[in-house]
Amino acid sequence: MTRTKSQKALIRFTLNGEPSEVAFAPHKTLLEVLREDLGLTGTKHGCELGECGTCTVLIDGQPILSCLFLGLDAEDREVTTIEGMAEGGKLHPLQDTFADLGAAQCGYCTPGFLLVAKELLEKNPSPSRNEIQEALAGNLCRCTGYIKIYEAVELAAARMRGEEVEPPRESIYGFEV
Amino acid sequence: MMRLPKFTYRVPKIVSDAVSMIGDAGADAMFVAGGTDLYPNMKRRQQTPKTVVSVTRLRELHEIRGDASTGMSIGSSVSLTEICEHSVINRDYPFVADAARLISTPILRNMGTIGGNLLLDTRCNYYDQNYEWRKGINFCMKKDGDICWVAPSSPKCWAVQSSDLVPLMVAIGAKVKLVSASGERMLEARDLYNNDGIQYLNKRPDELLTEIHLPPRNGLRAVYKKLRRRGSFDFPVLGVAAAIDVAPDGTVREAKLILGGVSPAPIEVSEAQQALIGSPLDVERISEAAEACYLKARPLDNTDYVMGWRKQMARPFVQRALEELRRQL
Repeated sequence: MTRTKSQKALIRFTLNGEPSEVAFAPHKTLLEVLREDLGLTGTKHGCELGECGTCTVLIDGQPILSCLFLGLDAEDREVTTIEGMAEGGKLHPLQDTFADLGAAQCGYCTPGFLLVAKELLEKNPSPSRNEIQEALAGNLCRCTGYIKIYEAVELAAARMRGEEVEPPRESIYGFEV
Repeated sequence: MMRLPKFTYRVPKIVSDAVSMIGDAGADAMFVAGGTDLYPNMKRRQQTPKTVVSVTRLRELHEIRGDASTGMSIGSSVSLTEICEHSVINRDYPFVADAARLISTPILRNMGTIGGNLLLDTRCNYYDQNYEWRKGINFCMKKDGDICWVAPSSPKCWAVQSSDLVPLMVAIGAKVKLVSASGERMLEARDLYNNDGIQYLNKRPDELLTEIHLPPRNGLRAVYKKLRRRGSFDFPVLGVAAAIDVAPDGTVREAKLILGGVSPAPIEVSEAQQALIGSPLDVERISEAAEACYLKARPLDNTDYVMGWRKQMARPFVQRALEELRRQL
């Protein structure tokens, strides 16, 4: 890494598949660098202390909390943020199912959930409900009660396995009385 | 928003550079591995090192060697996720992987390391708060103040040992290797901890924890049980580690019972150990040991849950731990 008297550090890294470089105050966290120096505000700023999971990004494919990760440590690494999840204007299947099933309500936790779920499905294309719960145990959601999030991950997993599935009617409309 | 204070960041590639950097930087320097303990503390100005030396790029600190017959050596920068997933650890020391899986969250386990977990700062409701909050109570003796708010007449700090691996490592007789510019030493895990919330480690700031040694397995069986409010995120407010070695005739030859989360250091309950040694692991012995742990657990009102209930929970948690070991026999 290069450090100059102007108190900015310059790093090179891969951001959402593209070679990038950015200069920033060296004590900044990756969260601050992404939001303030790169203008990528999809990564959300939550508790700042590692207690909520909304600032999750992928480093070399693995979920980490960008609020507790120095920007300097991103040097030479591959960083994936929520902005890099859609490809060529086409939403990732998880983004589709989160929208279809109402798994995003206020939406503040959604970028973190999507990135963690993306890594889960890459490692395990057919996770059980328990495995999904465990994988998402580091992300808090205060709106959904999590059920819709689990259902959205299950539906996306099925679609990614190539199965022709529609969401259960009651997942969208609730139970008829 | 809470930002990190300014500091100089160094990223050495070899251990000898790391220990000389920390030696050169003097008293205001700290090592960092995953950062999941230090950076929140820095944001809240509980810890304010001027120099931070990262140990994440020290290749030898990422090595895992050995097996049940030789014992294992685990580098201190191995992440908790790697501990959870490592095939030899899961086969030969499953209780270590099981305890690691109970630590905080999957994302934090990707970042946090085994070394960082063993050196985790002690925790307290009056300490783990942001600067303005702590200023509002005129601080406490662990940082910037001179009183212990949980025990105001106490001359010492009662911040709590809150690592899940510490009680287990003490129970199974693990050792740690500490390296500094002036040499290296091996220490029994139990001797690494000191029952004081401020001076909670018998480790100098210039010493780097490089390796954790698990003893050869032989007849060792161990288990760890954790009390917390949520099934994720939370630190233990009671941790019970039990380790036993049982003779072929069913007699308990050796027993260790260690309580975490109730004091500034892990607490060894020798009365409970004596109750188990020399007898088969039966219902009577188990309840005798559980009672001894209940008597020895003296949590204070400085974590989640009320302290009386945390003390009461020592009994069933020790019972569950020992019953699980009995089922394995």
